[in-house]
Amino acid sequence: MSEHVTLPEGNVEKHTTTINLGPTHPATHGVFQNIIELDGETIVSAEQTVGYIHRAFEKIAEHRAPYQITPLTDRLNYCSAPLNNFGWHITCERLLGIKIPKRVDYLRIIIMELARISDHLICNSIVGVDSGAFSGFLYLMQYRELIYEIYEEICGSRLTTNMGRIGGFERNFTNQAFEKLERFMKEWPPALKEFDEMFVRNRIFMDRTIGVGPISAERALNYGFTGPNLRAAGVDYDVRVHTPYSSYEDFDFTIPVGSTGDCYDRFLVRDQEMWQSMEIIKQAYQKVQEFKGAEAEVYHADVPDFYLPDKKDVYTKMEALIYHFKIIMGETALPVGEIYSSIEGANGELGFYLITDGGRAPYRLHFRRPCFIYYQAYSELTKGGLLSDAIITMSSLNLIAGELDA
Amino acid sequence: MALTNEIIRSRLMEKFGEQLTGWEEPYGMLTFTSDKDLNLKVLQFLYDDVELGFKFMTDLCAVHYPNEEGKELAVVYHLHNMKENVRIRYKIFTGIEKPDVYTASALFSAANWMERETYDFFGVNFLGHPNLKRILNIDEMDYFPLRKEYPLEDQKRIDKDDEMFGRD
Repeated sequence: MSEHVTLPEGNVEKHTTTINLGPTHPATHGVFQNIIELDGETIVSAEQTVGYIHRAFEKIAEHRAPYQITPLTDRLNYCSAPLNNFGWHITCERLLGIKIPKRVDYLRIIIMELARISDHLICNSIVGVDSGAFSGFLYLMQYRELIYEIYEEICGSRLTTNMGRIGGFERNFTNQAFEKLERFMKEWPPALKEFDEMFVRNRIFMDRTIGVGPISAERALNYGFTGPNLRAAGVDYDVRVHTPYSSYEDFDFTIPVGSTGDCYDRFLVRDQEMWQSMEIIKQAYQKVQEFKGAEAEVYHADVPDFYLPDKKDVYTKMEALIYHFKIIMGETALPVGEIYSSIEGANGELGFYLITDGGRAPYRLHFRRPCFIYYQAYSELTKGGLLSDAIITMSSLNLIAGELDA
Repeated sequence: MALTNEIIRSRLMEKFGEQLTGWEEPYGMLTFTSDKDLNLKVLQFLYDDVELGFKFMTDLCAVHYPNEEGKELAVVYHLHNMKENVRIRYKIFTGIEKPDVYTASALFSAANWMERETYDFFGVNFLGHPNLKRILNIDEMDYFPLRKEYPLEDQKRIDKDDEMFGRD
């Protein structure tokens, strides 16, 4: 047996334990590393390392035409790719000063709200998984499938959608798309209600999340929080209401807010937002159905310089083929301008700061990624809590590595 | 009374006078610039002033203009007054030889990582920043990749063995 070593006089023993959480840990749902100092079970500090999947989108974007940037935006928050796609197209449209027909706006809103639901349902069910309730996650996953089937019907792809065009959509919504939408509208609310019943007043879930990872409204604002995380702290800021885009002003919906900014409030805010999104989808679908005759066929604005010609013309007509090539290869220059345009992404204000110098590609394009900005508060959120609380805090912030690292 | 761009401008002119220049309104967003040493004074005034109240930092990034001698790098702040729902853009320019700019991280916690990102990609040296090190790139990197002199990787480069990736 070894003898007990006495430290020389004046030495201070290290009382804390350092653990590495991540970069690839099953509990972090993405590539996140945290170097956590623990005093017993209590977190003293957490130091985040980010950038594991950094892909230099801002550099690439300086060399690409607008349509070649859309697939880059897919890979920001890949749980709700259409939101990013439309955010980018809306930025271009604002730069070009294009007026979008109402029907396109409403169709976009349907897709954007579906994307918001698909993002929030992942986040909320993951919070469930991290607090020990796995079934909710598996159960809701099949409804995300229904949303992805709608995407598939509209643009052909599911996760990284590359959906839409500058000015609208690549083709009109088919009847199957609307049928699938109707199916989702019918089957989703009961499932969400069941999910609510499983979690919202569940004693175990409440004990695990109430008071965990809280932030005050003041600190949240100072940290640049936006989206559901800011609203959970009690600030009713929503880009859809404050700076309406895509005709959100035509819709009647409420902005749910929390008060304590803890995991439970974040969960509830996301949950209520899903219900509100359903309301918006219902109204939008009704508005879309009210278009009759030629108006019901409108699915894009008239932007010959940037809207791709019909595929069938590209295959049969010389002029259309040339235009297709010119637009894809970025032979049409963007006008000189400087614009900041933002939309309400699933995680908060997704901004595009675009500077153009008259060339075919942006001079500079900066993505304001909500994730990146609020993740820096993680250390403050988890300080003094338990390690298991830190895991829930991370998932309830809805950190998406793709958006974080750009 | 709604906070209009004219009110913001006259309020700032009252305080700083001719030190603020380059007034513009691209796409309706009030944009102005000042000497880089003034940045904290201007940001603090925008934050503290009861009438202005720009208490939310939406975004901070840099832009590289290699041809503008003496002010190659621009640091761009996007600020938001959420109560009045007004946004402004404030720019400062710095030379690339000595890109020292005072940090705004004491005023806005949000600026901490955004300044690290700006340092990482453009090499803007934020004086007084508590933890100014690379954030998205590897620590060993010895250049600032978003500066214009660095091209995207040449698809034909030969120093990498790309047999596995289908390039020959």
